[in-house]
Amino acid sequence: MRKVAVIGVGNSKFGVRNDVTISELAFEAVKPSLEDAGIGAKDVEFVALGSVGAGAWYEELLPAVVTSEYCGLTRAGLVRCEAACASGSAAFFTAYAAIASGHADIAMALGAEKMREIDTPTSMEWIGRAGYYFWEFHNFGLTFPAYYALYANAHMAKYGTTEEDLALVAVKNHKYGAMNPIAQLKNRITVDDVLASMVIASPLKLYDCCPMTDGAASIVLASEEKVKELKVDTPVWVAGIGYSSGTANLSKRPDFVGLEASVLASQRAYKAAGITPSQVDFAEVHDCFTIAEILAYEDIGLCAKGEGAKLIREGQTEIGGRIPVNMDGGLKSKGHPIGTTGCSMIYELTRQLREEAVEKTRQVPLKNYVGLAHNVGGTGHYCYVTILKR
Amino acid sequence: MPSTSMPVIKSRPITIAPEIPISKTLKFWEGLKQGKVYATKCKGCGKLYFPPSADCPECLLTELEWVELSNEAEVETFTHVVIRPTTFQQYKPYTVAIGKLKEGVKVLAWLTGFKLSEIKVGMKVKLVAKVTPEGNPTYEFVPP
Ligand SMILES: [Zn+2]
Repeated sequence: MRKVAVIGVGNSKFGVRNDVTISELAFEAVKPSLEDAGIGAKDVEFVALGSVGAGAWYEELLPAVVTSEYCGLTRAGLVRCEAACASGSAAFFTAYAAIASGHADIAMALGAEKMREIDTPTSMEWIGRAGYYFWEFHNFGLTFPAYYALYANAHMAKYGTTEEDLALVAVKNHKYGAMNPIAQLKNRITVDDVLASMVIASPLKLYDCCPMTDGAASIVLASEEKVKELKVDTPVWVAGIGYSSGTANLSKRPDFVGLEASVLASQRAYKAAGITPSQVDFAEVHDCFTIAEILAYEDIGLCAKGEGAKLIREGQTEIGGRIPVNMDGGLKSKGHPIGTTGCSMIYELTRQLREEAVEKTRQVPLKNYVGLAHNVGGTGHYCYVTILKR
Repeated sequence: MPSTSMPVIKSRPITIAPEIPISKTLKFWEGLKQGKVYATKCKGCGKLYFPPSADCPECLLTELEWVELSNEAEVETFTHVVIRPTTFQQYKPYTVAIGKLKEGVKVLAWLTGFKLSEIKVGMKVKLVAKVTPEGNPTYEFVPP
């Protein structure tokens, strides 16, 4: 396999973007990524798009085709990747594999999602259906918060994790999101704000949940030869990617205190990168709900099983702690445009690893120059873990 | 309606309701109407499937037999769903639980007949088949 580097990144403003179509939104990410890489759209040989709601929560059934045309990428190899909320990481892996295999020298992973073209209850319906519709939605009406609430109650019962612990995750992520100009929710909040917010699916309350977001992110990848030819200043190398999946029916899971897909994907990524969790300087983890961040700490080996709540209580995942997590505000505050999130995590890792342009108040200290992105699709239905190294 | 102050063009609305085949699980749906909850069991490897599966991915056999499940279960986890999706707006907030049956398989279903504050991980419940007032065969957990 050939070495592959990230050479250009772009990210649109996240939020309610009823001012733009899916194509116009994608352009806001593609343009800066091409400029950052110092190439033109015609230089891209393969494009993998992560997007989930095509024809459901936004109009356009073939978003890869319409965004590519709009961004001047037509004639490149083209595919849309679906791995639910991990679609962006699946697209990144696809673009990576196109180069690593020798098929292409320059490829793009693009994430584009619009979740606000329809009303909120219908969005809740679509996302609730994204498990096993026939067996777990049709008669029982699970919502996405409800799936994670099942994990939250089990974790609280087994390890004594509290609603206050969950709230601390939201407080941290809003604190850093407030420093991030592209974030959707830029308000600082307190534990009391979280505890007083309305119950969505017990024990999860409104401020335990990420918002529904429109947003796009674009990543340009290149082979080592191309990195030299283009004289890229600060290539950020793909050190390892790991992936796994979980059962469609939640009722077939071994337990509800962690996501097996996250455990397996992270172990494979560490092995591919030849590192241990302690060598990672900082991480982006999938915090669609506050409980998800605590599960992630444990599942990807930032702490022992059952000690996730302790990690957040001690402030170990803030700047100055053992391993800063979600210094862009995470899904919770930056926002979670489902198919875009994986690419947006890579955008953040790349900017942090380059130590450039990141708002100084949230720049992580780097020792090994290694960052990790953990991206879950559905409720542990898919998982991708990507490790980058400068 | 998505509330937006931005100028927009409304897409042409369509109604979609796929017809999902139940030929291979008909015994299960008929069983619910008779008050029975069935699983399938592989005649080759003996593995028990709930939800019932017509095929065995372990040994690739397609000859599975129907077995009636006991109704004794223990709650592994639960949640009370307050904010409901569009097609569940007509219901009051409901509780969903995952229970582990004596036979080892787990079932996800509504849990009724308890106050929310009474529900605990590890408590015993009973799995029952039922037909909803709208005529849908289903199953739920109730007090033992
Ligand atoms: Zn078998």
